[in-house]
Amino acid sequence: MTDIASGPPSSDSGRRPEAIKAIPVRHPWRWVSAVVVLAIAGDVSYTIIDAVQRDPTTFGPGWTMVGTWLTKPLILGGVLATLELTVLAMLIGILLGVLLAVMRLSPNPVTSTVSWLYIWFFRGTPVLVQIFFWFNLNAVVRHIGVGVPPDGPWLFAVGTNQLISSFIAVTLGLGLNEAAYMAEIVRAGIISVEHGQTEAAQALGMNRLLVMRRIILPQAMRVIVPPTGNETISMLKTTSLAVIAAYPELFTRSEQVSNVYFAVIEMAIVASIWYLAMTTVLTIGQYYIERYFARGAQRELPPTPLQRFRRMLFTFHSPPPTVPDVIVMPSVHR
Amino acid sequence: MASAAMVKAESVCKSFGRLEVLRGIDLEVAPKEVMCIIGPSGSGKSTFLRCINHLEKIDAGRLSVDGELVGYRQRGDRLFELADSEVCRKRSEIGMVFQRFNLFPHMTALENVIEAPIHVKRESRATASARARQLLERVGLAEKVNAYPNQLSGGQQQRVAIARALAMQPKLMLFDEPTSALDPELVGEVLDAIRALAEDGMTMIVVTHEMGFAREVGDTLVFMDGGVIVEAGKPRDVLANPQHERTKSFLSKVL
Repeated sequence: MTDIASGPPSSDSGRRPEAIKAIPVRHPWRWVSAVVVLAIAGDVSYTIIDAVQRDPTTFGPGWTMVGTWLTKPLILGGVLATLELTVLAMLIGILLGVLLAVMRLSPNPVTSTVSWLYIWFFRGTPVLVQIFFWFNLNAVVRHIGVGVPPDGPWLFAVGTNQLISSFIAVTLGLGLNEAAYMAEIVRAGIISVEHGQTEAAQALGMNRLLVMRRIILPQAMRVIVPPTGNETISMLKTTSLAVIAAYPELFTRSEQVSNVYFAVIEMAIVASIWYLAMTTVLTIGQYYIERYFARGAQRELPPTPLQRFRRMLFTFHSPPPTVPDVIVMPSVHR
Repeated sequence: MASAAMVKAESVCKSFGRLEVLRGIDLEVAPKEVMCIIGPSGSGKSTFLRCINHLEKIDAGRLSVDGELVGYRQRGDRLFELADSEVCRKRSEIGMVFQRFNLFPHMTALENVIEAPIHVKRESRATASARARQLLERVGLAEKVNAYPNQLSGGQQQRVAIARALAMQPKLMLFDEPTSALDPELVGEVLDAIRALAEDGMTMIVVTHEMGFAREVGDTLVFMDGGVIVEAGKPRDVLANPQHERTKSFLSKVL
């Protein structure tokens, strides 16, 4: 009886037993594996650094070339074009993907079949082939417009070659392909929302569209956002397929430079540095977006990296506090 | 008298596949009446409730709310299905409270309550918010307007759900086991909120396992089993002096 009330004996200051001082278990294999990894990493880096350094075909030392071209306007323009393609293709992918997902789940058999066929086709053929197709659309149709195919008369028409530039071909190819994947991601998000939510909303007199827009999709976002971030990062790199349509984004431009200077490895390194930098920024952005959509799902928001870092600094020399600081959820104004 | 009923059911039947859930329900709920429905699980109580606001379609019989058929329109002797927009409009006049609360977790208590008035009834945000605050105060949650559902206890969540249903100014309230998912000590606060509604003259159908509440607040008590109404009458009579064997054995287990 008294034991339960008085708590553990260690709270009694005079009788606290001596802290345990034991010799920790040795982990020799950790050291061995570290040495092996370092050796391999060192060998690979040395090989690359050395190869770039003494490449006789370049003007001057290879690393100077990497440094110079990294910030040349030609490459910076390519970086911008890559970002532009990524944003546009993801925009098409997300908007069309949401539409396809809603269509797929519609009780109307026509819309759900159309959606199924779209996903079947665009997910089932390589995106490279799709870009290639759009780029060569002129071989299929000469005019795009309203009229009687194939030769008119036309009420309104534009020549295919005037309409489908390499930019349009790449954007369409990437965006329409992405929509098929996004549709499946959005669909997974929608069906993850508990059915009771739909019922409660219907019972309030909300129609199907309103239920979807106000109740289901906002909750589905928590499931949709992580894979969408993944898709965006993937898209950023997939834009390099634009090389097939000769659209001058980052990879096409670095390819062109490398062809002129015979500096394949150097320009591949330049492109890789930029791709890595951009995906890093996207990764950080994704963390904050996920944090925003976690509201209402967790009692307290997870700390931002900065908050976590600050907390780590404060608790570096002392054991972490038993009760974590509560981060107050920001009120959301709409 | 018959046309004055708020809810009128005539041999309502409903099957899920080959399972007959409702096998001819006849009942009438007068305006301002509080009807409590009791019965073992699987007896069709919840299904019947969900038929009233057309969350489930009935297979046979007639079901009407405030003199209008649920889900159909009658012209001569033919029935026409109602368009979605009509179904929605009718649902907006009937409030429903669920066993599992079903609050929208991404919205605060206030946002939950003003959602339908703003987007279904097209009220202004100011009007809707003002009434929502009154309703939340009435269920004792004036301090919790900006709390998210997961920051509230079960009893508080259910009271927000009641305020959310009332915000549409319904003419009929349906309660589907409103206290069954609650800890015993939280049941009282929700029942108090429902009792207050009854005192204001709201017409209500309450599916419940709370016999004390049924006796005290209900005007009528209906005992359902196997998809039919076994017994109905004044709560005191049914509870104290059940006529059917099935009612007797059910009550002996729950009382």
